[in-house]
Amino acid sequence: MSGKRLDEATGTETTGHSWDGIEELNTPLPRWWLWTFYATIVWGIIYVILYPAWPLVSGATSGVLGWSTRGEVAEQIDAVNLSNAELIDSLTTTDLAVLPANEALHGFAIQAGASVFANNCSQCHGRGAAGVQAAGYPNLLDDDWLWGGTLDDIAQTVRHGIRNDEDLDARWSEMPAFGEMLEDEEITTLVAHVRSLSGLTEAPGTAGEELYLDNCASCHGDNGLGDRVVGAPNLTDAIWLYGGSAEDVEYTIRNARFGVMPPWQGRLGEAQVRAVAAYVHSLGGGEAQIGE
Amino acid sequence: MTDQPLFAAQEPIFPRKVRGTFRNLKWVVMIVTLGIYYLVPWIRWDRGPNLPDQAVLVDLAGRRFYFFWIEIWPHEFYFVAGLLIMAGLGLFLFTSALGRVWCGYTCPQTVWTDLFILTERWIEGDRNARVRLWKAKWDAHKWRLRLTKWVIWGLIGLATGGAWVFYFADAPTLLGDLVTGQAHPVAYTTMAILAFTTVLLGGFAREQVCIYMCPWPRIQGAMMDEGTLTVGYRDWRGEPRGKPRQNREGDCIDCMACVNVCPMGIDIREGQQMACITCALCIDACDEVMDKIGKPRGLIDYLALSDAPPDTLAERVAANPIGIRATGDASTIPAPGAPAPAPNASPVPILTRADIKGWKPQPVWKHILRPRTIFYTIAWALIGVALVVALFIRPEIDMTVAAVRNPTYVTLSDGTIRNAYDIRLRNKHGEARDFHLSLNSDEILRIVVEGRDDLVVPVPPDSTTRTRVYVQARPGDPAAGANRVDLRFWVEDLISQERAYVDTHFLGTESN
Repeated sequence: MSGKRLDEATGTETTGHSWDGIEELNTPLPRWWLWTFYATIVWGIIYVILYPAWPLVSGATSGVLGWSTRGEVAEQIDAVNLSNAELIDSLTTTDLAVLPANEALHGFAIQAGASVFANNCSQCHGRGAAGVQAAGYPNLLDDDWLWGGTLDDIAQTVRHGIRNDEDLDARWSEMPAFGEMLEDEEITTLVAHVRSLSGLTEAPGTAGEELYLDNCASCHGDNGLGDRVVGAPNLTDAIWLYGGSAEDVEYTIRNARFGVMPPWQGRLGEAQVRAVAAYVHSLGGGEAQIGE
Repeated sequence: MTDQPLFAAQEPIFPRKVRGTFRNLKWVVMIVTLGIYYLVPWIRWDRGPNLPDQAVLVDLAGRRFYFFWIEIWPHEFYFVAGLLIMAGLGLFLFTSALGRVWCGYTCPQTVWTDLFILTERWIEGDRNARVRLWKAKWDAHKWRLRLTKWVIWGLIGLATGGAWVFYFADAPTLLGDLVTGQAHPVAYTTMAILAFTTVLLGGFAREQVCIYMCPWPRIQGAMMDEGTLTVGYRDWRGEPRGKPRQNREGDCIDCMACVNVCPMGIDIREGQQMACITCALCIDACDEVMDKIGKPRGLIDYLALSDAPPDTLAERVAANPIGIRATGDASTIPAPGAPAPAPNASPVPILTRADIKGWKPQPVWKHILRPRTIFYTIAWALIGVALVVALFIRPEIDMTVAAVRNPTYVTLSDGTIRNAYDIRLRNKHGEARDFHLSLNSDEILRIVVEGRDDLVVPVPPDSTTRTRVYVQARPGDPAAGANRVDLRFWVEDLISQERAYVDTHFLGTESN
């Protein structure tokens, strides 16, 4: 900066910077610019006093207004809930059998249910609700239901959960482990018979049928159609909760397998339970209410 | 000068009234642009029931843009993008041909500043009166004039903000709401902000906006070249300047008319400068003076850098060391950049000042019709044609298909393989329409609409409906076990019989 000198053409002082022989003139900025700069400093000080600003070890200064982004989000959520209060109310009280007939309320329930599902259900059943066969999380997109696929059935499952000690209304499936009750040979025959019910293999003859009727038919039915009252799966269809290979079926017969689902009525409100039931019902497997 | 302050007080500018061609042009531009701005929201356009009858309307809540007979939906926003590109190319075109012609005539900052100066002149008088008032003490007279001016500026500002909000809602309804205090707070806030900024920028900041705030003067330098027409001073004709009746050679009588009328407060005789917005008022002022003193017009004129002769005779000789014939006739002097004649030409004769004084610029059309401007015009026109074509061939019926690939397929209890698709159907008509879906494929596939027994999707007027659609392959059919099967969704408007299709795929069990 030693090169302070006046520019010949304009008489303006130069900054001493020169690029390719072009010198930079030291042209002063307008004064209002300076005052605008001071104003931003004053604004900054006021802002620091009013709003959260200085970072501390855990958190930040709170500011005298007590404003926070979390508080603002909470306010917005409250505002949305308030504006939806009427819909939430009528969703809580409407008979689920007639919900699909109420187009506006049904649409609201499906939209709300989609976000409830994403937050609470997708961890096990998957983002697309296709379940995880290896872990026994059922596919919610198909038309096969262990406990029933009407809106009421689904809402009941969501509300109370499956195999849940804390809730007497929870659904509870029981299957004995046959590994210690049957001989290895008998199990092999039984596996073949069960798989033949859905046409996966040849029927092993009357021995298999006899074993089935003695051990399995009480829950799964004489024809293997299952029983929704006790959550016994239909063995004749193409859907296998834990897999339909001979190994998978044998493992199931020897050790038995049970799915567990937590109850949601404590964590979700009744309206949210109904909403997510409506959403799951709309995924392509929903069954019509009996008598509808 | 060495103790120059870092920040300098604003030099007030008091532009003098001027008459002439360019001033008239500016009045016309002002009336037309302000007229468009204030009147367009009030043009009615009958679109039938349930649709707004305002010709130009930005319906943010409904996500629609109405422009006379054209209706733009959010997915057609490329029209707006295309118009913005055309606007950009238009600026390139005009800037490369005519410099800052946008700044000088049509920029809102210029138009509103002009309007504010007009008000100021009407209340406080012309330049000399305003200078006197500026220097005067703050007595009752000065307060009265200033307050009157500020109130009128405020009203202009309010009208500016007021007109803006009419583009976003039904104008007559909104006007009633605004007057009775029923309008949305956003409308009042917008009006207040625009009123404040209009008065601040047009009334007080004025040329400071162009010099310090606007990025455009910095960008425009890249778009201009030595062939661009800008407002300039023929120094070879005007210099050396001097008072009338003094002994002088140049035509400039140093009357300062060009400086006094300049809204930017610059002296155009110092050459091309960043602050010049090429409003050409100095041309009008100078021409008037030239008429009075009996000299030809055009001492200050629209001209290009390439029109100027080299500053001095020596430079001129240096620039064209060969081939210059001193005949006194400017037409024999080759323009800069012209091919040089044979190197064995005769020695360079010296030109007289009369030669340089008579130096003529290239004709205007040569500055405007250049490869560069022709390229910009063609690019601009191509985009315009593409937009018009797109406007006429865009379908009235519109469908988008999103295949649900989480999971890729679902096995149903009877072994059927099912794919899901989210189909969006747009109904651009003013009444509800029924859309019939169908499917076309080489393989045997079945289509099912979620929640319906048939394949008809009713879509409410002027809206979009999302429907989940399933495509199923029976167990044993080739598609069920296939990797991927091409299929085409057809949609038909049952009333207008219009059809559209979207191609997608069906994924079978082999797709995993």
